[in-house]
Amino acid sequence: MSEQLLINISLIVLLLPLFSFFITVVFGKRFPKLYLFETGIISLAFLLSLVIGFFKLTTYVDSKLAFDFTWFDFGVVPVIGEFKVELGVMIDNITVIMLFVVNLISMLVHYFSIEYMHGDKRYTRYFAYLGLFTFSMLGIVLSNNLLGIYIFWELVGLSSYLLIGFWFEKNSASDAGKKAFLTNRVGDIGMFLGILILFTTYGTFNFDKIFSGIASGVMPFESTAWLTAAGILVFLGAVGKSAQFPLHVWLPDAMEGPTPVSALIHAATMVAAGVYLVVRIFALLTADAMLVIAVIGAFTSLLAATIALTQNDIKKVLAYSTVSQLGYMVMALGVGAYAFAFFHLVTHAFFKACLFLGSGSVIHAMHHEQDIREMGGLKKKMPITYATFLISTLAISGIPLTSGFLSKDGLLAGTLAFGELTGHWLIPIIGFTVAFMTAFYMFRLVILTFHGSPRNQHKFDHAHESPKLMAVPLIILSALSIFIWYTPNPIAPDAGWFLGKWIETPSTVVPEAASFDFMINEDPAADVIHSEKYEHAMHTVHYPAMGLSIGLAGMAILLAFSMYQWKKINPDKIAESVKPLYNFSLNKWYIDELYHASFISGTLMLGKILFWFDANIVDGIVNGSAWFTRVMAKISGWFDTFVVDGLVNFTAFMSGFIGLTFKRIQTGKVQTYLVFVLFSIVLLLIVFRPF
Amino acid sequence: MNGIPFLSLITFLPVLGMIIILALPSSKVKEIKYTTLLITGIQLILSVFLLANFNFTSTGIFEQSTFQFVEKFRWIEITGLSWLGTVKVDYFMGVDGLSMPMIILTALISFIATLSSWNINKSIKGYFALFLLLDTGMMGTFVALDFFLFYVFWEIMLLPMYFLIGIWGGPRKEYAAIKFFIYTLFGSVFMLLVMIGLYFSAQEVLSDGSKVFTFNLLALMDQANYTADGILSPFNPNNLRMVAYIALFVGFAIKIPMFPFHTWLPDAHVEAPTPISVILAGVLLKLGTYGILRISFPIFPEITTQLAWYIGLFGMINIIYGALVALAQKDFKKLIAYSSISHMGYVMLGMASLSTVGINGAIFQMFNHGTITAMLFLIVGVIYDRAHTRGINDFGGLASQMPVYTGFVTVAFFAAIGLPGMSGFISEALVFVGAFGVDTTRILAMISTLGILLGAAYMLWTLQRIFFGKLNEKWSSLTDLDGREYLMLIPLAVIVIFLGIYPSAMLDVMNSSVNELVRFVSNGFQNISIGGL
Amino acid sequence: MIEVGLNHYLAVSSILFALGIYGVITRKNAVMVLMGVELILNAANINFVAFSRYSNFGINGQVYALFVIILAAAEAAIALAIVLNIYKTYANVNVDEINKLKE
Repeated sequence: MSEQLLINISLIVLLLPLFSFFITVVFGKRFPKLYLFETGIISLAFLLSLVIGFFKLTTYVDSKLAFDFTWFDFGVVPVIGEFKVELGVMIDNITVIMLFVVNLISMLVHYFSIEYMHGDKRYTRYFAYLGLFTFSMLGIVLSNNLLGIYIFWELVGLSSYLLIGFWFEKNSASDAGKKAFLTNRVGDIGMFLGILILFTTYGTFNFDKIFSGIASGVMPFESTAWLTAAGILVFLGAVGKSAQFPLHVWLPDAMEGPTPVSALIHAATMVAAGVYLVVRIFALLTADAMLVIAVIGAFTSLLAATIALTQNDIKKVLAYSTVSQLGYMVMALGVGAYAFAFFHLVTHAFFKACLFLGSGSVIHAMHHEQDIREMGGLKKKMPITYATFLISTLAISGIPLTSGFLSKDGLLAGTLAFGELTGHWLIPIIGFTVAFMTAFYMFRLVILTFHGSPRNQHKFDHAHESPKLMAVPLIILSALSIFIWYTPNPIAPDAGWFLGKWIETPSTVVPEAASFDFMINEDPAADVIHSEKYEHAMHTVHYPAMGLSIGLAGMAILLAFSMYQWKKINPDKIAESVKPLYNFSLNKWYIDELYHASFISGTLMLGKILFWFDANIVDGIVNGSAWFTRVMAKISGWFDTFVVDGLVNFTAFMSGFIGLTFKRIQTGKVQTYLVFVLFSIVLLLIVFRPF
Repeated sequence: MNGIPFLSLITFLPVLGMIIILALPSSKVKEIKYTTLLITGIQLILSVFLLANFNFTSTGIFEQSTFQFVEKFRWIEITGLSWLGTVKVDYFMGVDGLSMPMIILTALISFIATLSSWNINKSIKGYFALFLLLDTGMMGTFVALDFFLFYVFWEIMLLPMYFLIGIWGGPRKEYAAIKFFIYTLFGSVFMLLVMIGLYFSAQEVLSDGSKVFTFNLLALMDQANYTADGILSPFNPNNLRMVAYIALFVGFAIKIPMFPFHTWLPDAHVEAPTPISVILAGVLLKLGTYGILRISFPIFPEITTQLAWYIGLFGMINIIYGALVALAQKDFKKLIAYSSISHMGYVMLGMASLSTVGINGAIFQMFNHGTITAMLFLIVGVIYDRAHTRGINDFGGLASQMPVYTGFVTVAFFAAIGLPGMSGFISEALVFVGAFGVDTTRILAMISTLGILLGAAYMLWTLQRIFFGKLNEKWSSLTDLDGREYLMLIPLAVIVIFLGIYPSAMLDVMNSSVNELVRFVSNGFQNISIGGL
Repeated sequence: MIEVGLNHYLAVSSILFALGIYGVITRKNAVMVLMGVELILNAANINFVAFSRYSNFGINGQVYALFVIILAAAEAAIALAIVLNIYKTYANVNVDEINKLKE
């Protein structure tokens, strides 16, 4: 199979869901059965992505297939010269793995949704949106440039918005959708600015061209500080999409969407896009940028884990655990554990999708009850759901023989190595703390939901195991949470094909001065990740990290069992004894309230003030000048009437007055006139004295 | 091909229609409406025909020979005036990449506004006659290449607009109409002054070698044509070009409308009937920015480069200020009006960058704002026709009552937000790429990105308040879109999406002209004294 | 015996003129007013003739006097006709009451 053919197939895979979206959205009303068509298209896309994956990972395993086309061309531009904007697709090993993950989970979610969403009044529309999402997500995965990623980035934002607010009759749902979109926009602005910095400097959006530009020593605005800024700004996009602190607030709210959507978008794929983005730009991150990323990731994972400890909504717990795990991946990228971060992305996608679909199965069975305090004992009623849920929980807790163990262990080893190499020990400490908490709250969730005795007998009695169409996706996903798919050796993640052959850590292109020591390979010929130093550090911490994480997870599970299963320790009492902390966690650190009081109210208030300003000051000046003109007009009108016209009238009046005065003399009697004549003559004679 | 005066045809066709309508008895409502539709339809077809025959590589801007469909002949000639010499005014029309998108936009929006005028029911004859006159004014302004002719068309627009708002408007129509009229006239006065100043500062060389004062825009762009002592001549050490530039800019800025000259817009929009709002937002606002690009930039290149930052600054203020004020609106139509102010800010920001990308983005944004905002106002019109209210908080849950309508609203709103895949994204992104790429406007561009967020905030909030939530029982009788409304909205939606996916369709039209403009402005006038204030 | 000279004539004419004026001004009857006018005219005539006799104008004065007499006759005829007409219209000839000129 030729390279061109593979690329063409990938384009078909990309466009198939878009096509089905259009068909379904336009004709969905007339032909409600189109959801089957949609599901079929996605399944076809999955099969095609399998084909691509197979050929890429066998024939072209070490090469990168790329295809660029010009989107628009400005020709020769003054000052800059040739200027055009290109888009393109690229297929490397990461791409095909992502294609597989996205298409598989999307397909399974489609199957799951056929049952789960049954009877919804906008059933077909729901599938159309899923198609739109799949298209956008595949676009992110396939793009070989920042612009393409940004475009699809926004489109996944749209489909996420539509799907979170799918039940828009509920105010909470439409609120959550809006919140998700806007919070993401905040991050996107940063990402956009980062892209602008890179584009302005290197004249291209293409990753490889940007990297070679940086490698050739050209810095944005002649300063590595700007390169750091560009890295952090682009990362801000990931902060938004992958729900990192301080933009994590949207993800828990996004659980207002239908549960399969949460599984697909808000657990497995879209939220991982942020991590994927950082994976793509990994080579241009400077030491400072990496440190920022590591700190944000670590803090996020801690924050979310502490919140997850106390939540009672089954989906909220999972949501915070997602945030926490995403924080893990981001942290891993920050500490340079590139391969493990991506590995964790993949394994997390499967087990978290499984957990969410499992929770969907539970919610479906419990007639849309989401509060775990109302559940309990469902193990007997829903054995398949329970088994798959348990496997995934073991995976997320990092218990050996699961995929989660492999990725999480490597990731934690990475943080330890980082601590050793740079002295930032806080990051591994947080990493292991979070590992402990994760195992604890996940088992708390499992025990409260499935074990023990039912706390709401009525709902329990009506619960039932989900139908096959819902169970099969669970089984497939939980099967993918077993180590065997990734490596033959359950304790050595890099012994297998996934990390050993497919994922290759890119070497940094950042100038040495701005990079961590361990990122620089002293001997380019040596086949190492980053450098000998780093290899060595990873090697020495591998087993300690493994032991530590297994130990912590085991303790956490024990603790969970003793608190919730065996009731040896009363959780309420602990909660009571650390009441402020408990409330702090339960109320999500009051971050929502803080944002609401500061940014949101502030902006709205500013809007109101400016509107007042607009209506009263700006328009006041306009109306004032109109008023002034009118007053001036009145004054000049008065002047005109009384002064100018007054003079005219005065002349006329005076004439009239004089006339009236002399009218008296005119008696009409000839004799009187004669007297006047005589008198006048005498007068004249006297005056002129002619004699 | 040659010899047929296409531009005169496309410009004066509506006048012909107006005469026909005036000749019809006012009882023939149907005939009047269909005449208007036919005329605007032919105009649309003509504009597409012009596009089809448009040479994309011909630059325009400066050289008459590179303009297309040129018509030029002596219009006014008065000889023997003692001190004025000979007054000669040309009837000079032509098209280049700057005006082509605007011609298409004008024809398109006029056609759609005609459809939207269908349910006007007050003195129909007068309405459509004025409507067509307005159409001529707009089209003429975009094709005129002589300042005098430009000014005539500019003023022609004013009168019908005044009556269209003042007679067919809402409750405060008189106030709004007078405000609009006086505001615009205020700007025109400045323009007139600058026009006369330019006239007495430059002399065009005729074919027989004699020199006459000129209104010809292209002649005014040529430094060699200026006299040594003209008041606006760059050779005059005491010239007033800076003052003239600012005066002219204010004249255009009122039309954009630029902060702080914007307050006529919300009033005019709120009071105007739907089709007039569509025309106002869709076409009229573009005249301001078009005028700056066509007249201010190439005639005053040296001052343009000097003041570019201020243009960008006002663009930024427009973007953020408009968006913040929009956030506080409770009237749907007023919200869209303020969003227009915000969106026109992008145009100014793009222009201020004086780079090919930025100006391409600006013109593209002009076109896109035309289509998107037209859609938004049509959308407001649809709901206002049915519910007779525009209060955002009066609604709620309409999505379940009017799903198709909601679909179009979503498309329009997301286009306005600048979602990729829709045309608004491309233009906004180009504006930012252009403005960020230039040192002068980089900081402005960075701050302006806040507008993207605020834009999304007010749009989504509005979407939520009107369409989501539980349906208010009061509105359970509202019907979804009818055929005529489909006919108005579908073409716009298709254009918005098409240009979002294939922007080259529009960018290629303008690109060579924009390149020429940028080259021209950056070369500027040489060896001249820059007049201070 | 005092020789009769120019001054005597002038004195007579002055007395006549004064009487005439007095008549014109004081009389109410239009006919009496006319008679006053005649007196004034005759006073003028006396002056004409007197100046003609005592200076070297030749007979110019006498000629003018003749003209005046003719004119006075004509004037009397027309004036009496007017008075008659006035009488016909207003049934009196009292000049005090006939003040139509005022209007």
